[in-house]
Amino acid sequence: MTELAAQRLSVSLSGRPVLKEIDLIARSGELICILGPNGAGKSTLLRALAGLLKTRGVTLDGRDINGVSPKERARTISWLPQTGQAVWPLPVRSLVALGRMPYGATLDSLSARDDGAIAAALTACDLETLAARDVTTLSGGERARALLARALAVEAPILLADEPVSALDPRHQLSVMETLQAQAQANRLVIVVLHDLALAARFADRIILMQAGRIAADGPPNAVLTAERLGAVFGVEIVTVERDGTRAVLPWAAR
Amino acid sequence: MTMRAAPLVPALIALLIVLSSASLLVGSVSLSWSDLGKGLVGQDPIAALILYDIRLPRTVLALGVGFVLGLSGAALQGLLRNPLADPALFGAPQAAALGAVAVLYTGMVEALSFALPVAALGGALLSVLLVLAVAGRVAGVTTLILAGLAIASLAGALTSIVINLSANPFAVTEIVFWLLGSFEDRSFRHVAMAAPFMAIGSLILLRAGETLRALTLGEETAESLGMSLVRERILIVLGVACALGGAVSVSGAIGFVGLVAPHLVRDAVKGDPKAVLLPAALTGAALTLGADMLARLIPAPTELKVGALTALMGVPFFLAILARRRGAIAADAS
Repeated sequence: MTELAAQRLSVSLSGRPVLKEIDLIARSGELICILGPNGAGKSTLLRALAGLLKTRGVTLDGRDINGVSPKERARTISWLPQTGQAVWPLPVRSLVALGRMPYGATLDSLSARDDGAIAAALTACDLETLAARDVTTLSGGERARALLARALAVEAPILLADEPVSALDPRHQLSVMETLQAQAQANRLVIVVLHDLALAARFADRIILMQAGRIAADGPPNAVLTAERLGAVFGVEIVTVERDGTRAVLPWAAR
Repeated sequence: MTMRAAPLVPALIALLIVLSSASLLVGSVSLSWSDLGKGLVGQDPIAALILYDIRLPRTVLALGVGFVLGLSGAALQGLLRNPLADPALFGAPQAAALGAVAVLYTGMVEALSFALPVAALGGALLSVLLVLAVAGRVAGVTTLILAGLAIASLAGALTSIVINLSANPFAVTEIVFWLLGSFEDRSFRHVAMAAPFMAIGSLILLRAGETLRALTLGEETAESLGMSLVRERILIVLGVACALGGAVSVSGAIGFVGLVAPHLVRDAVKGDPKAVLLPAALTGAALTLGADMLARLIPAPTELKVGALTALMGVPFFLAILARRRGAIAADAS
């Protein structure tokens, strides 16, 4: 059981307060979607939870995250940034293999365990046929999947992903969300920033709705994604779709 | 995966052996293979003089300086995740030359003192830090090049002013030497002075490969993978400054080798920023030695400057890369 928590987490970037007194506890097995308008602090929250901001107020299994060694933190928390780039013309498989760095693995010394993790990540992201391709020649969506596969290859108990589906076509959006759901069902903690209300409603176990650096609502999708709340936070009217007992939400008109 | 780089390194070493042999044999006096053998063992005093006093130190220096130029280029490109990064575009060799000139022409040190490479190291370090401070760590190509250009121009101007102020009768020749570089009239004492700095710098850079690989994904991701970037980044900048300081203090500022060499071998190592280091260094050695042989062989009233030849080769190359990447660079500038 892994637990990642924020307690009275406040973050200012260049003197501007971005996160204000965030409290949350996230545990293994949950797929948590963070939603919120642009500038609400979603990416900053994810970076703080990943231990990249050296801020106070984040704990991993009860320990201050700044006190966890970089190696241990890297093995425990896998972080996927929003604008991941790949500048060098590496083959996709080599890019994904970088996810094994926290275990001391290098491209020149991959163990059978590393090879297995890389192969599983490539399969999960539908990349087997592209494994030998130069990453700089991939389309935007293919590159986003390659970068997600890199994050999956860490096989960390916690995966923090910032908008992993925004560049993808609908089929790959759904398959990536299914992959993330499978990760949570395998008792990992998955926290993902999304802009797509429908995908969040459909896949999340829990939704954290952010507004102006604070948590506006935190709970199961049906409780959080109400018409009044989405109206207040996003300024949109919504349409609700139901199928097999799962409710999805579509933004319909700007208010 | 080391296998893929394996045939490249022996091939480059073979090329260097051929070039080095040619470099010992040709010059204003041609030597035969038997002269070479006799000269090396001291049986032929004239051949021995030519080899030990002129051609061997010159060849060794060209190889060593080219090695560190190629290696520094590859390391800086990896550090900045930018295929256009080159020590010369940072003004680093020019600033190293200024450092050397500043202590040499004010009479603070002798031409063969270890203080010379130390001052050059200081100049190179200062210029890289200044460019990084102005451009920021994640600067785009445009900002880096503009900041580097400004510092290179400033360092070049100051170099010329310092030499002029020293009331030196050979000022013009000496300014040209420091700004364009040359291996003319270098002895084994020059080799001994520069070698420790170039060796230490090279060792630091050759072991930075894993950091450069992690940086492929960006600085924050590298940190999320457990890298301690602050220390690693400082080490790489120090390595570049140390290697360049040693090189420039004996050869002057030779440009563009660090830009061209990594490009020539990057595809062969499939873009791997670690695997590119050694081949880029060996390619830099081959380019520099080749340029120096051309400088010796092209007939001219005074010997051509090797830095003029590397610029002749490097600038069109640089422009070609700029043209190919102009879309990305235009987006970056906005």
